[in-house]
Amino acid sequence: MPLLRLTVDGSPREVDVDTRTSLLDALRERLEVTAPKKGCDHGQCGSCTVLLDGRRSLACLALAVAHDGAEVVTAAGLGTADEPHPVQQAFLDHDGYQCGYCTPGQVCSVVGMLEEAALGHPSHVTADLDPDAGVDLDDAEVRERMSGNLCRCGAYAGILDAVRQSVGAR
Amino acid sequence: MRELTYVRATSAAEAVAAVTADPHARYLGGGTNLVDHLKLGIASPEVLVDVSRLPLDAVEETERGLRIGAAVRNSDLAAHPLVRTDFPALSRALLSGASGQIRNQATTAGNLLQRTRCVYFQDASTPCNKREPGSGCSALEGYGRYNAVLGASESCVTTHPSDMAVAMSALDADVVVLGPDGERRVALDDLHRLPGAHPERDTTLAHGELITAVELTRSPATRTSTYEKARDRASYAFALVSVAVALDVVDGEVADVRIAWGGVAHKPWRARTAESLLRGGGLDEQRVRDAVAEELRASETGLDTAFKVPMLTGITARAVLRLAGATR
Ligand SMILES: Cc1cc2nc3c(=O)[nH]c(=O)nc-3n(C[C@H](O)[C@H](O)[C@H](O)COP(=O)(O)OP(=O)(O)OC[C@H]3O[C@@H](n4cnc5c(N)ncnc54)[C@H](O)[C@@H]3O)c2cc1C
Ligand code: FES
Ligand code: FES
Repeated sequence: MPLLRLTVDGSPREVDVDTRTSLLDALRERLEVTAPKKGCDHGQCGSCTVLLDGRRSLACLALAVAHDGAEVVTAAGLGTADEPHPVQQAFLDHDGYQCGYCTPGQVCSVVGMLEEAALGHPSHVTADLDPDAGVDLDDAEVRERMSGNLCRCGAYAGILDAVRQSVGAR
Repeated sequence: MRELTYVRATSAAEAVAAVTADPHARYLGGGTNLVDHLKLGIASPEVLVDVSRLPLDAVEETERGLRIGAAVRNSDLAAHPLVRTDFPALSRALLSGASGQIRNQATTAGNLLQRTRCVYFQDASTPCNKREPGSGCSALEGYGRYNAVLGASESCVTTHPSDMAVAMSALDADVVVLGPDGERRVALDDLHRLPGAHPERDTTLAHGELITAVELTRSPATRTSTYEKARDRASYAFALVSVAVALDVVDGEVADVRIAWGGVAHKPWRARTAESLLRGGGLDEQRVRDAVAEELRASETGLDTAFKVPMLTGITARAVLRLAGATR
């Protein structure tokens, strides 16, 4: 079995994995990193979102062996209970948690999405593709950019408010 | 899931040799389609040759346009400044597909070679000629909302799901392919095939052929290009129908027009009849509708797909006229 080396939430980790293991299963089942959630396991819900080498990605569609050496940041690695990440604090402030199942994925996705916007990446609803036009994260942009994260509790209103606050804080 | 050997290729030639030599070997790009298929039990390779880390991850400006490496991520391609200015249809198509997370993972070659999302293809417990030749086609009498209306056969009525490929068709892209005997170029239009009696073959590539790049040629039409997609939800859903248009209007007359459709056929459908009817004259809504009607004369629809004809006509007219407005 291949030996996999990862940096997870800042700590170096090693694990022997079967080549068929997804990154999500390696994290949850083998390394007991349970922040990323398994919703659909087929790329359809976003609850397994982590920051993989700095970019938001779906751990359920990533084969663990293909990411040997990678840096993985989960929602648990973004902040602590005493010192939450500003995006986590914004979710608290705006009641964006509800049952919390989709939340770790939502939080990682917001962090990744803010970074993409800061780099000037356009989205499907961006009217002007001009590379110099910049990105204005209005509600339509936030909704589109977060559309890969489904919330079965329908906590979207709170999540949108939390993202608004996070955008303002950046 | 069957046991797998994982190999990380260190060069394109090494990858080609490994897959060519083994009928049970497959390339792995971002994995967003193939890993799903492993889980669904509808793909069972014994060896995966990972090509996502090969040095094929750059978008380079060439004399004629752009050379896009096969491993370039969909998100990076959509955001590339030269794609945004010179080939906006490509940015728009990529941004309309999947989600931010998936676009960060998906590669150019993997996107072109993703397989159909037909529900029966994806459900190993149902007959499907594409998955298992000779087993039958469940979509013929089943759930048909995403079925083809052009170029289908008795053995398969499914559609190709890629948005990016539709834009690349209208942009006259060339695909660069490396095989055991060296490199060849395939026009994007010749990459995917209609089902005929062999729906299990999606493309004209031989086993082991590796896509290394896609090349685009810049022109006034590619600079005035766009992509529109109609779907059941505002986001994160495949196209019911889609259209890519590249247009150049000079002195009120169509100097160059290229139209490709998604969601209607087993491959991106290049609407060449409609294009030739539109070339030369001026543009108004009726002319576009008439040209589309001519292209769609060969279409075959059923109860589930009848809506595609007016929908396609509407979004094609809208896309062409919007571009015409922008060029004046
Ligand atoms: C929930 C969901 C929604 C989606 N929505 C959309 C959508 O709206 N529009 C859309 O277009 N797509 C959509 N997709 C599909 C997504 O775009 C594809 O999964 C992705 O583009 C595949 O790229 P990949 O690099 O991950 O490919 P992989 O999964 O790695 O590979 C796909 C195929 O390509 C082959 N391959 C990979 N690289 C090469 C190469 N260099 N040469 C030869 N063969 C190669 C592999 O062997 C495999 O057969 C969606 C996917 C999901 C899961
Ligand atoms: S568990 Fe990965 S997207 Fe649903
Ligand atoms: S808060 Fe329950 S799934 Fe989103």
